[in-house]
Amino acid sequence: MKEQLSELKQRALAAVASASDIKALEDVKVAFLGKKGELTVVLKQMGTLSAEERPVMGAFANEVRGEFEAAFSQKLTALKADEITSRLETEKVDITLPGERQKLGSRHPLNIVLEEVKEIFTAMGYTVAYGPEVEETKYVFDMLNTFEGHPARDEQDTFYIDDSTVLRTQTSSVQIRTMLEHKPPIAIISPGRVYRCDEVDATHSPIFHQCEGLVVDKGITFGDLKGTLETFFKRLYGDEIRLRFRPHHFPYTEPSAEVDLSCFKCGGKGCSFCKGEGWIEMLGCGMVHPQVLINCGIDPDEYTGFAFGMGIERITMMRYEIDDMRLLYENDMRFLKQF
Amino acid sequence: MNLSLNWLNDYVNTEDIPVAELVSGLTMSGSKVEKIKKLSEGLSNIVVGKVLEINKHENSDKLWICKVQVGVDAHIDPQTVQIVTGAQNVFAGAIVPVVLDGGTVFNRQDGSVMKIKTGKLRGELSEGMLCSPDELGVDAHAGMPASPDSAVIDGIMILDDAPEIGSDMLEYLGLNDTTIEFEITNNRADCLSVIGLARETAVTFNLPLVTVLPEYKGYECNIEKEIDVVIENKRLCSRYMAGLARNVKVGESPKWLSSRLKAMGVRPINNIVDITNYVMLEYGYPLHAFDRDYVEGGQIVVRSALSKEKITLLDGNTIELSKDILVIADRMKPIAVAGVMGGEYSGVTAETKDVIFEAACFDGLSVRRASKKIGRRTESSARFEKGLDPVNVKTALLRVLQLVEELDCGEVSNTFIDYVNFSGDEAVGIVHEHEKINEILGTDIPQAEQVEIFIKLGFAYKNSTGELFPPSTRSDIKLTCDLAEEIARVYGYNKIVSTLPRLSVNTINNDFERNVRKMSNVLTAQGCYECITYSFVSPKMNAVDNLADYDIKIRNPFGEETGVMRTSLIPSMLRVISDNIKSRNTQGRFFEIGRRYFNMGSGGIEEDMLCVGLYGKDESFFTLKGVVDELLDMFGVAGELERYTEAPFHPGRAACANSKIWGGEFDEDVTPFIRFGEISPIVLQGWDISERVYIANIELDSFFKSAEVKPMYKPVPKYPAVTRDLSLVCDDETANGDVLSIINKTAELMETVEFFDIFKGGNLGQTQKCLSYKLTFRKADGTLTDEEVDKEIAEILSALENKNIKLRG
Repeated sequence: MKEQLSELKQRALAAVASASDIKALEDVKVAFLGKKGELTVVLKQMGTLSAEERPVMGAFANEVRGEFEAAFSQKLTALKADEITSRLETEKVDITLPGERQKLGSRHPLNIVLEEVKEIFTAMGYTVAYGPEVEETKYVFDMLNTFEGHPARDEQDTFYIDDSTVLRTQTSSVQIRTMLEHKPPIAIISPGRVYRCDEVDATHSPIFHQCEGLVVDKGITFGDLKGTLETFFKRLYGDEIRLRFRPHHFPYTEPSAEVDLSCFKCGGKGCSFCKGEGWIEMLGCGMVHPQVLINCGIDPDEYTGFAFGMGIERITMMRYEIDDMRLLYENDMRFLKQF
Repeated sequence: MNLSLNWLNDYVNTEDIPVAELVSGLTMSGSKVEKIKKLSEGLSNIVVGKVLEINKHENSDKLWICKVQVGVDAHIDPQTVQIVTGAQNVFAGAIVPVVLDGGTVFNRQDGSVMKIKTGKLRGELSEGMLCSPDELGVDAHAGMPASPDSAVIDGIMILDDAPEIGSDMLEYLGLNDTTIEFEITNNRADCLSVIGLARETAVTFNLPLVTVLPEYKGYECNIEKEIDVVIENKRLCSRYMAGLARNVKVGESPKWLSSRLKAMGVRPINNIVDITNYVMLEYGYPLHAFDRDYVEGGQIVVRSALSKEKITLLDGNTIELSKDILVIADRMKPIAVAGVMGGEYSGVTAETKDVIFEAACFDGLSVRRASKKIGRRTESSARFEKGLDPVNVKTALLRVLQLVEELDCGEVSNTFIDYVNFSGDEAVGIVHEHEKINEILGTDIPQAEQVEIFIKLGFAYKNSTGELFPPSTRSDIKLTCDLAEEIARVYGYNKIVSTLPRLSVNTINNDFERNVRKMSNVLTAQGCYECITYSFVSPKMNAVDNLADYDIKIRNPFGEETGVMRTSLIPSMLRVISDNIKSRNTQGRFFEIGRRYFNMGSGGIEEDMLCVGLYGKDESFFTLKGVVDELLDMFGVAGELERYTEAPFHPGRAACANSKIWGGEFDEDVTPFIRFGEISPIVLQGWDISERVYIANIELDSFFKSAEVKPMYKPVPKYPAVTRDLSLVCDDETANGDVLSIINKTAELMETVEFFDIFKGGNLGQTQKCLSYKLTFRKADGTLTDEEVDKEIAEILSALENKNIKLRG
C-alpha cells in the first residue's frame, strides 16, 4: 500500500506540475482527491489494514495529501498570476470608440445664465423674489416716479391691458411690492419676463428677461452699489473684467448710472465687437430715489438703498457670443443642444 | 444732439484737449458721446485754384490740359501746376477745387477714399486733379453742404464767389470741423444746446466759460401797436415773447452760419429761418419766424385747436387738428402747431417784408402729445418736450434780434412783447447738506470742494443760509439726492471707492426656486431640452386647450397673433415641435417652465406651469409616462391616475390627476393639475404635424404642494429577498392597474411588484392578453422560506382568479 501511495504521489505531483491552466489543475485535484479520486479510493482500503499498520499508513497518507495540496495551491497561485498577466497583455480596447451614454438634455442658455446670476447673489445674502407680469400701473410706473405723461408710459412702448393694467416693462414692480410687504433691511433680486413694444429683430424682442436687484438698509452708499456690481461681474465673467460707471438718468434712482463692461473680446483696447469703444453698455443702476422709498412707507432719512437692473438676454448673448436674439426664442434643437 | 466742435470753442476753448480725451471726459461726466465725425474725413490737400490756361490734349479728343494757379504767396510751392482733366465745363479763369499730389478725395463710383498722385495722362504731366462735388462728398444739387454760390453744370465744381486762390478748400466748404453726437438724458434739456454742453465741458475740464449777454440797438418801435398777442390757453404757455423785424432782406446766410447749421445736422433754408435755428442750437430754445403779412390782423392767439380745424404744415402736408393740440393762430386760423412745426401759409419767403419772431415756452407734455398725434418729431418738439425753463426765453429772443441786426437782414424792434405766466419769484434754495451727500455716495468730499463744484455748475450759494440755488435751466434739481448726483459726476463716478454693503438681512425661504431647479435637473437627466416661448399668443392658440374663456386681451398688440396672454403652454409647445419638425430635426424632447395667465373676471391670476413635449420614432405614451413617473418619484407625488378624454388630447391615450384627490385642500383647478398623453391628430392637423406628439402639462403650485414634505429613510434590508415571476392571462379590458391593486391588496410579505411584459396572440384568445410581473418578497426580521412565499403566491393567485385572472398554463 505504501508503494501504491508513493506511486500515486509521484503521478499526482507530476500532473499538478504539468497542468497548463486552472481548469486542468482543478481536474487533477478532482481525479486525486474527489469523491471517486485515486487517493480517496486508496484511503477507503484503510479498513482492511491491521491495527498496527493503520496509524502508520494513515500518517503517510496525510503526508501525501499534504504535499499534494501544497503543490496544488502553489501551482494555482502561479496559474492565476499567469492568467492576469496574459489578460493584461491581450485585453485592449479602441479607446477612440464612442462611450455608451445616457442622453441628457440641457437647460436653456438664458436660464443657465440666470441660475448663475441667482447663485452669485444668493451667496451674497440676497433672496429671489417674484411678482406678477400682468401688473398694475401703480407698481410699474406711479410708485416708481414715472408719472402720467412720462415717455415710458406711451402706448407705443408699453403693452396695455386696460388703463390701469399693463404687461410690466421692468421687474421693478417686484421691488415696490417687496418694499410694501417687508420692512428694511431688504436685499432681493427679481428675475422674470418683461414686455415692451419692440418689433422682433436681432437685438430686440417684445418679451425679454430682466433681473433687478434692490438693497435697502441703513447706511447703504453708492460705493456699495459699485462694489456689489463689481463683485457680481467678476464672479460672472472672470476677474479680468473691468467696470465703468457713467452718469445717467432714471426717474426712480438718483444718482443714477449706466455701467459699461470692458470689452470681452479686446479687453478694452477697442475692436469691431465693441465698435471701437473698448466698453460695452451693460446695465442701469442708481441710489433708490427718496420719493420711491416714501411711496413704500420707508423713511429716506433713516434708510438709503440701491437698485440695478440688467437684461438677461444681453448678458447671455455676450457670454456665448450669440449674435441674434431671435435664436433664443426659436427653440431649435440644433441651437438648444449647444448649451 | 450733434455738436460742432468749432462752435463749442466759441464758449470754451478746448483746442488743447485731444478729441478722444474730450469725448471720454464728457461721457464720464454725464453727456454720453455716441459718435465723433471729422467732417473732412477722407479729404486732404485740396486747395482753391484758378485755371490760367486751358488747351486741348494733343492725343485725345476729350482731355484738356490746364495750367492752374494754386498759390499766390511765396511759401506755396509750386504756385502753378499742370493738370489734365476730362471735364468739359472748365474754362480759363474758372475758380475750382484742386486736389494736389498726395491728397485724397472720394471715388465718384463707390465713394471710397482715393489718393491722387502726380502722373502722366497720355504723355502729359498731371500734378493733381480738378474736383467735382461728388469727389468732395458734397451734394451740388441740394446745395448742401456745397456753397450755393457754386455753379455745377457738368463735372468740375466752379466756385463763383472768388475765394482766395491757394486757400484751403475744406475751410471754404466749412469742413474743418468735427461733430460730436451726444445721447442726452431726459432730465437735461439744457444740454440740447451748444451753451449747455459748453458749460458741461467747462466744468468737466475746469476751463473758463465765456458767455456774453446778447445786445442790439434796434429801431424805435412801440411793439404793442404792431403785434397783438392773446394767450387763451394760459395753462400750456408759461411765456410768450415776440419781436419784430421790418424790411427784411431774405436771402442766403453767410457761409460761417450755414456751415455751422450743417455741422449740427440742420439744413440751411434762408437767413431768417437759419437765424432762428442757429439760436435754437446755441441756446436750446426753439424759435419761430412768421411773415407778418400772413398773420391776419397782426394778431397772435395761443389757443387750443378747434376740433377738425386744419393746417398746412411747412412740410406741405395738410393735417387735421384736435382740441388737445395747442396752436398759434391769427385772427382766422392756426398758423403753427405750438412747439412742433409752423404752417406753410405764414412761413418766411423771398417776398417777406416783415417778420414776427416768436420765443415762447410751451408745456412739455402737451408738445410731446401733439408731436406724436400729428406724427412730426422736430428739433423744436424734442426740446420742448423735455421741459424748458421760461426764464431764458428772453435771452434767446435777444440773440435772434441781435443776429438779424448784425447780419444786416432787417431792422429789429427795440421793444418786444413779453407775456409772462410763471412765478418770477426768487428761486427756492436747497440746503446744502454736504455730509448727507457724502453718506449717499460713500465719499468724503469736503464742504468747500462741493460748493466749488456747484458754483462751476452755475449754482448760486448763499453763505448765510447754506442754501444752493440751481440755475433756472436746471429744473431737474430739487433734492439732496439730485445734488449728490451733480457732485458725483463732476468728482468722478469712478473715483468713488467701491465697498460691499454689510447685509443684515433675513433671507426668505425659497422652496419654489429649489423645486424648479430640481425639476429641471430631473428633466434634463431624461434628455429634455429647455425652451422659452412667448407668453402672448393668438386667441386661436388658447382655444386649442379649451381655455379661451380666460383670455387676458392686450389692448395694443402688434397683431392678432400676439393679441392675448396664453392660458396654456400646450400650444406653445406644439409650435416648438412643429418648428423643429420643419427644421428636419427628427426627434426631440423639450420642456418649458413658464406661466399661464387667466382672466378670472375679478382679476388675473398667473400660474407657473411645466410643459413637456416629446416626438420622434422612439417616443410613445409610455416614454412620456416614464418622464412623468420620474418626476412623481423624485418629488414623492403619488396617487391614482384617471383617464383624460378632453381636447387637445387623444381620448384613448391620455391621463390626468386631480389635485383634490392627490394632495387635498387646494383651490379648484381650472384643469387637472397633471395632464399628459398623446395629442389628438385633429389638433395636430392645425400645425401640419403628421407625427405623433406627446405632451405633459403640470401645474406647479399644486404639484409642489402635493409633494412629500421630506422622504424618510428606510433601513437597508438585512435579509435576502425571494423573487417570483408570474405570467397572468386576463381579459383584454383588464388594466394593469387593476391587476396591481389586487396583488398589492393581497400580498403581505411582498416588497415590490414590477410589470415587465405584455403579450397578445399566440395561443391566447382574441380578447385575451398575458401580463407578466416580477414579485419580490422579503421579511424584515428573517430569511424567507419557500413555503412562506408559496403560500403568498397561492393567496395572490386565488384573489386574481376571483376576477378571472389566471396563471398562464
